[in-house]
Amino acid sequence: MTPDIAIRVRNVTHQFGEEGETRHVRALSDTSLDVKRGELLCLIGPSGCGKSTLLNMIGGLLTPTSGTVEIAGKPVRGPLPHDIAFVFQENALFPWNTVLENILLGMLFQGVPKAEREARARRSLEAVGLADFAQHYPAQLSGGMRQRAALARALSLETDILLMDEPFGALDEQTRMVLGEDLSVLLSRARKTIVFVTHSLGEAVFLADRVAVFSARPGTIKQVIAVDEPHPRKPAFMTSDKFTALRNQLYGLLHDEIRKTMAEAT
Amino acid sequence: MAGGREQRRKWASRAVQAGFLVVLTLLWYLATTRWGVSSLLLPNPVRVVQQLGDILRSGEFVGDLKITVAELAAAFAVSSTAGVTFGYFLSRSPYLVRVFEPLLAGVYAIPIILFLPLYVLFFGLGPASKIALGATISFFPIVLNTLAGFGNVERTLVVAARSMGASDYHLFRYVLLPAALPVMLTGLRMGFTVALLSIIGSETIASLAGLGHRIVYLAESMEMPRMFAYIAFVVVIAVFLNTVVSTFEGRFRREP
Repeated sequence: MTPDIAIRVRNVTHQFGEEGETRHVRALSDTSLDVKRGELLCLIGPSGCGKSTLLNMIGGLLTPTSGTVEIAGKPVRGPLPHDIAFVFQENALFPWNTVLENILLGMLFQGVPKAEREARARRSLEAVGLADFAQHYPAQLSGGMRQRAALARALSLETDILLMDEPFGALDEQTRMVLGEDLSVLLSRARKTIVFVTHSLGEAVFLADRVAVFSARPGTIKQVIAVDEPHPRKPAFMTSDKFTALRNQLYGLLHDEIRKTMAEAT
Repeated sequence: MAGGREQRRKWASRAVQAGFLVVLTLLWYLATTRWGVSSLLLPNPVRVVQQLGDILRSGEFVGDLKITVAELAAAFAVSSTAGVTFGYFLSRSPYLVRVFEPLLAGVYAIPIILFLPLYVLFFGLGPASKIALGATISFFPIVLNTLAGFGNVERTLVVAARSMGASDYHLFRYVLLPAALPVMLTGLRMGFTVALLSIIGSETIASLAGLGHRIVYLAESMEMPRMFAYIAFVVVIAVFLNTVVSTFEGRFRREP
């Protein structure tokens, strides 16, 4: 057991419903994966390939039908609020609380002593550039700012692992590019282990140390591609030949899978 | 400023509402003095006001008001406790929601006041039958809204709270309750209103005391001006109580 592995996924399968039932869906099939400590791994694949399912199993929100997930050598049997924080796609902030209250509440749930909460909340708001919006309600913020707030809440929990399920999926292209850059800067400082689900090829190449490409349903990891480029990454990286080559390679891998998914749907 | 304009518009509609009432009273006055409408059907508004003054000065209303308000308080205490408790526990199980929600909604659509004779048989002519009826009628909007409130909490919020380590208590106190509160409060306000309606209504049908009873008693003894004065008094009380409840609802509904 190497100490460098933060997340170890072994032969994990997940299905909804029983075999033979009409509702039976095999979401993920015999998948294995190691995530190294401190790396950012992107999961990318056609819709319905089970990448979010895998993320939820790593986070203990779903139990695998078979196979095991281990965090720091211990098998996952439910949510691990002290090891893992989530950023969801959207609408995960409590709308009746201000941004600050949302962050404080997360720490209350996690069990942080009251005296520490305020300072940690301010620090994480500072880190995502929302210090002036502590007293705003989520409805008063733009989509991008709401996701920053959700990220601040996750950061304040000071977990080693961050799981992000298409956190910028509902945002427009420009906003997600800027947020991607900020995230890269933030992460180079925070030294966290991150698993990041995305639909966007560019986002995957720009953010990830490694990209795991999924095959169509029943999904499994088809190939893992390394992006050898230090963080924080500059916008200039996006126009480099290396970026283009990696993006094209990813597109080639995904293209057939997406065709397969679409053929199945019709 | 947009705020000033909105304010002006609000005052304008208030003025129209007040004007409407003034015109109505004027027509009422003219009908009784000029157009020869029998004072048995429609008493002179001036006499109604005199009677109202007499009722308030003499304190004659206190006994009836106490009874009606006590009935209302007892009925609402029973229905809100039962409605919120049942609603919450039913909402925890999708199976129970599937079974009971249509059932409750079905009964809600029945005019339960039809059962008043039964209630009088069971509980007598006194306040007990009014309390039982008011509690039954107001139970339904409360339980249905509580069910809807707790049943439709955004799933992502629950998952997010669990992922951060929320206990069952945390989940209830900081996620489920605030999510359900607006819908639940609407149910409580509706329950309060129908409890008031059904209690005064049933007092007019079969009772020994209370404001509704007093109004029917005056009607039967042909004391029209005094009866109208009591009706006006009840209207004011009802408006006052509903305003109190609405304000209470608005206070709890802290929305950005």
